[in-house]
Amino acid sequence: MGRYVARRLVQAIPLLLIISVALFVLMQNMGDPLATMGGRKVTRPEDRQRLERQLGLDKPVLVQYLYWLVGNDWSRVDLDGDGVPETRGTRRGVLRADFGNSITDRVPALRLIGERLPYTLLLMGVYEIVVIAGALAIGVYSAVKQYSLFDHVVTGLSFIFYSMPIFFIALLSVYLFSLSFHRWGLPYLPPNGVFDFRVGKTPGQVTLHMILPVLSLALISLAGYSRYMRSSMLEVLHQDYIRTAKSKGLQRRHILFVHALKNAALPIVTIVGLDLPTLLGGAIVTERIFGWPGMGSLFLDHVDRVDIPVVMAILMLVSVAVIVFQILTDVTYAWLDPRIRYD
Amino acid sequence: MSSTTEVANAAPRLLTDELEAPPLSLRRLTWLRFRRHKMAMFGAVMLIVLFLYSFGGMLVFSEADANRPETAIRLQAPSSTHPYGTDTIGRDILKRTVYGGQISLTIGLMAMLVELVVGILIGAASGFFGGKVDSILMRFTEAAFVIPQIFLLIVMAKYFGGKIPNIHVLGRTLSGSVIVVILIIGLTSWMYLARIVRAEFISLKEREFILAARATGTPAWEIIFKHILPNCMAPIIVSATLSVAAAILAESYISFLGMGVQAPTATWGNMLQIASSDFNKIQNAPWFWFFPGMLILLTVLSINFVGDGLRDALDPRSRAV
Repeated sequence: MGRYVARRLVQAIPLLLIISVALFVLMQNMGDPLATMGGRKVTRPEDRQRLERQLGLDKPVLVQYLYWLVGNDWSRVDLDGDGVPETRGTRRGVLRADFGNSITDRVPALRLIGERLPYTLLLMGVYEIVVIAGALAIGVYSAVKQYSLFDHVVTGLSFIFYSMPIFFIALLSVYLFSLSFHRWGLPYLPPNGVFDFRVGKTPGQVTLHMILPVLSLALISLAGYSRYMRSSMLEVLHQDYIRTAKSKGLQRRHILFVHALKNAALPIVTIVGLDLPTLLGGAIVTERIFGWPGMGSLFLDHVDRVDIPVVMAILMLVSVAVIVFQILTDVTYAWLDPRIRYD
Repeated sequence: MSSTTEVANAAPRLLTDELEAPPLSLRRLTWLRFRRHKMAMFGAVMLIVLFLYSFGGMLVFSEADANRPETAIRLQAPSSTHPYGTDTIGRDILKRTVYGGQISLTIGLMAMLVELVVGILIGAASGFFGGKVDSILMRFTEAAFVIPQIFLLIVMAKYFGGKIPNIHVLGRTLSGSVIVVILIIGLTSWMYLARIVRAEFISLKEREFILAARATGTPAWEIIFKHILPNCMAPIIVSATLSVAAAILAESYISFLGMGVQAPTATWGNMLQIASSDFNKIQNAPWFWFFPGMLILLTVLSINFVGDGLRDALDPRSRAV
């Protein structure tokens, strides 16, 4: 197992290099980073040249990539434009955990991400718990009561939610639970933001503001997850060892939750692990609608401002996260299911 | 012909019925089984209705009509003259959903075609040639798989945005961003298909009929496209159907974020875009986003039903009619 993980990690290195080169090339054409610098217009050509020199944007793409990857503190750069490189570079490069400074905010890109990451992790953590618990409950119940009214209703609903664009469900839920409830004089949920400024950032406020985004994200994923859980549970329930357990006279509840669920829940591990990308993707739109200050909002804002260091940092962190989660999924799966061996 | 008769006579009595009945072609068999799938039939009928709605509506009113602002009647609730109401600058939402539907459906289908071409070419080359070609192409596929699609779409929409001028088709002016959106959706969603095609090719290329084709000196491209590809159509058809739904959703996501198809060309996705930025509009004008959203939902739902039905109908393991 150790060797397997090591091999996967080694394979990830060229993969990440390819990704970073491709993304870096894509970044070159996103727009003019200097046009939106801190909201000020750079009008004089000499100012523009000076800024380009300072930010290293005057260099060829390959050199820029090299500086991005390994930094430029081993060489000298020309800051005053006389053609003689005289100042020692200050960037340490991605390989030494320096993703560069944000062009618009002039602070390290990683610090910006660090400020937003907790919000995304909070949203995602709660969402993941809701979805897994819900999928297990709904999936097991509809498998046990196959073809009952409940099963049919859940099947129909899951098809609908599965096909629903997340912004539609978000707009519907804001309209109903926030705006209409407010109009009808009922207790209503806040439609956006993290906390009410009049109350302050208390755990209660954050929880209240989290309900609608989590609901929107969860309803869509629950549809897929619970269908998966249902079919996996049905498959297990028809296995011989379940019949053996029944004929042995074991309690129904014991059979369901100990014998069947343990095996039926295995595929959930795979989807949870592999759904991480979709989950981060869904969060971009969701965070935008609900004004949630997480990674998705940060990404959109800085794409708009052509802030290449921050955008690159987010994309690379997401890529690393996806790869790490793929490996973790395989490892967890092998650990839960002793029949699977990697060599 | 005589040899066939001999075989028929030699075969056990039970088989004569089967030999006399004309064999069902794959297409006929699939249709017979697809027809029994109620939800799939519902989806198919629904899709026809949606196509008629979008493309038939063209005969009733012009696109200029749909894009004409009338600020005197902005943000009006649904009424008999404007069944879906009007938007912030007084355009009729019903008419815009008709023309928006054309673009959304076209983008879904065209992006699927782009995805098919790229996915099949990469999957086929990888599976057929194996070795170095395979490992290079598969590393490439993996790399494309790692970054979530929505991130890639946003970055690529920025990259290609505004590069293609407006285009004129059939007397209509379309924003060049339509082409951009088709390309970027197609180019960010072929990876799954490529893997399916590769797996099919790897198992099929070892069969006897391919060996025979090789022995007779058939060129590689002919083996790939005439001998192997027709045999893996089933999974490709299912995957292509579902990817139309995924493409329509992807278009609506980036158009919703304001990076997809640009004004004045309407799509179901970008009709919702203005609604997202202002909560007053959500409060006061739900029709603004409800109808386009509902149409996206209906389309995607119908396509998913059809895809599900096709999957069951084309499944080689259940040959029962």
